[in-house]
Amino acid sequence: MDATFFMNVISAGLLTGLVYGLMALGLSVIFGVMRVVNFAHGDMMVVAMYAAFLLYTKLGISPVPALPLVAGLLFVMGYLLQRLLINRFLGATEHIQFLLLLSLAIIITNIVLMVFGPDARNIQLDASFESYSLGPLILDKVRVIAAFTAGGVAMLLWAFFRYTTTGTAIRACADNPVGARVVGLDVEKLYAVTFGIGAACVGAAGCLLLLLVDVHPHLSSDYTLLGFIIVILGGLGSLGGALLGGILVGLSEALSGVLISPSLKSMFSFGLLILVLLLRPQGILGKKP
Amino acid sequence: MSLLHDRRAQLLLGLLALMALVPLAAGDYLLSILITVLIQAYLGMSWNVMMGFAGQFSLGHALYVGLGAYAGGALFVHYGTPPWIGAIAGMAVSVLAGTVIGTLGFRFKVMGVYFALLTIAFAEFTRVLFDHWGWVGASSGLFLPPAANASADNLWLLRGSATMFYYVALGMTVAAFWFSRALLMRRIGYYWQAIREDQDAADALGIDVFRTKMIAVLISAAMTSLGGVFLAFFNNNLYPESIFSMHRSIELILGTIIGGIGTLFGPILGAVVLTALGEGLTILGAHIGIDGVKQIAYGICLMLILILKPGGLWPWLRSRLGLAGGTR
Repeated sequence: MDATFFMNVISAGLLTGLVYGLMALGLSVIFGVMRVVNFAHGDMMVVAMYAAFLLYTKLGISPVPALPLVAGLLFVMGYLLQRLLINRFLGATEHIQFLLLLSLAIIITNIVLMVFGPDARNIQLDASFESYSLGPLILDKVRVIAAFTAGGVAMLLWAFFRYTTTGTAIRACADNPVGARVVGLDVEKLYAVTFGIGAACVGAAGCLLLLLVDVHPHLSSDYTLLGFIIVILGGLGSLGGALLGGILVGLSEALSGVLISPSLKSMFSFGLLILVLLLRPQGILGKKP
Repeated sequence: MSLLHDRRAQLLLGLLALMALVPLAAGDYLLSILITVLIQAYLGMSWNVMMGFAGQFSLGHALYVGLGAYAGGALFVHYGTPPWIGAIAGMAVSVLAGTVIGTLGFRFKVMGVYFALLTIAFAEFTRVLFDHWGWVGASSGLFLPPAANASADNLWLLRGSATMFYYVALGMTVAAFWFSRALLMRRIGYYWQAIREDQDAADALGIDVFRTKMIAVLISAAMTSLGGVFLAFFNNNLYPESIFSMHRSIELILGTIIGGIGTLFGPILGAVVLTALGEGLTILGAHIGIDGVKQIAYGICLMLILILKPGGLWPWLRSRLGLAGGTR
């Protein structure tokens, strides 16, 4: 195992991490604004991955161009879920919210299971077998595409929250829901938009992840946990934190996979989570509560 | 209040007498379902001590189930240690794990959802650890040898018929109920409820919050691991993948939340309702013959209960039955 080999592992981990980060961004946005922990996050991810899979196999649209479609679909799903169901549980205690989203997760996973069956599916693009070489580094083409697209979507999201009126209004709701209501913002609608945006992030991440891994219905709880690890590492509610957390987890998975054993990689992620929870509970980039 | 004049106590004793007589009439199928109900109720009550009484949200109780199961199971497999001795080891290990999690969580002020995630992290961490630990069979599992003489019940070694397991589970459930009740009526029970309602106020009143919460964690961990020992000897096989899984943690708390968190009878009612629902839907699903229908209906029922009775079924049923209210 020489230095070049490590460089390759590290860069693959970094790139995958960006896609993880985009998924976790959705979780972070939803929690940051509504204080709802979305335990159905991985299930939305799996829905997005299957949607991208269908678009590719039935209509021949490859995941990157399909991304706006899938993100749009997930936006609608998130918007409606918040409007019709989750909104009435915003003031409920944590364990009730947890159970609500858990039952939602059970329903979603099993609908996916019913429609697609338990087998793992994947897609093969022409680009799947190509790679870029950058000096001694060899980077998979799809991984680079996925990572850059994920980064681009994250930038868009940041710009949305920074520069648009709706984005500013959502930040106002996050800072002070009562104040937001006082100045005449339609908080319920903004919450629904926020949930939609969170779901759309997952939709985009799902498209991109399909380029890198196989999908099967029981991935959902793994991705939910992965999302939690990432946002807590980076700091719940912090956008940059989610990306940073994603990269850290991507790196730790890649390195522990080659250095120790692939089956131990989740132990390192959980180990990281425990460390961060204890040493810096607000996350690496999170603000003190 | 005299026990026999309390209407609740009368109902409870009647139910207990009925439960004690069940094996005379029930077949193996019904008996196995009732064992499931009882052990779920038992585990739910164990979790209830920590969450329902003291308000500390653990989503990683599979950790204690697994530690108990593996301690009891592995000692039995390797040294022939009787489960009741193994249980002491299991409880000791669980108490140790609870001490680590509780101390870290409470000292570092990890609260609410964060605390729940910390408990998940520890359970998952341990699951992967056991997946790679050869002495307990790693990921290929640990198997308890069946009894040489299947018809003879050996209570000391927990080898025997479903009827014996039924009575053991019933005994554990009754003991846990009585123990929970005793805890709630003591000073510590009131301390817990004070902390659950408002930790800062409890602190201001001079309650040692850290110590009181730790006691809840440790009692809950020890009780849960005893349930794990039972599961190991009842199922005769152990896989880290299933015993430590997050699904088990979730299953373990569902009944209590559905039944009524913080109540004494809620975990029992919740276990009955959820098991009946699960079994009923399995039968229904077998008729329809499509994979997944059962789980979807299960999810919808959970959601409906949450929307209609967010406080749990027992507080609602209790007032319908005209039983004394209060916190229990």
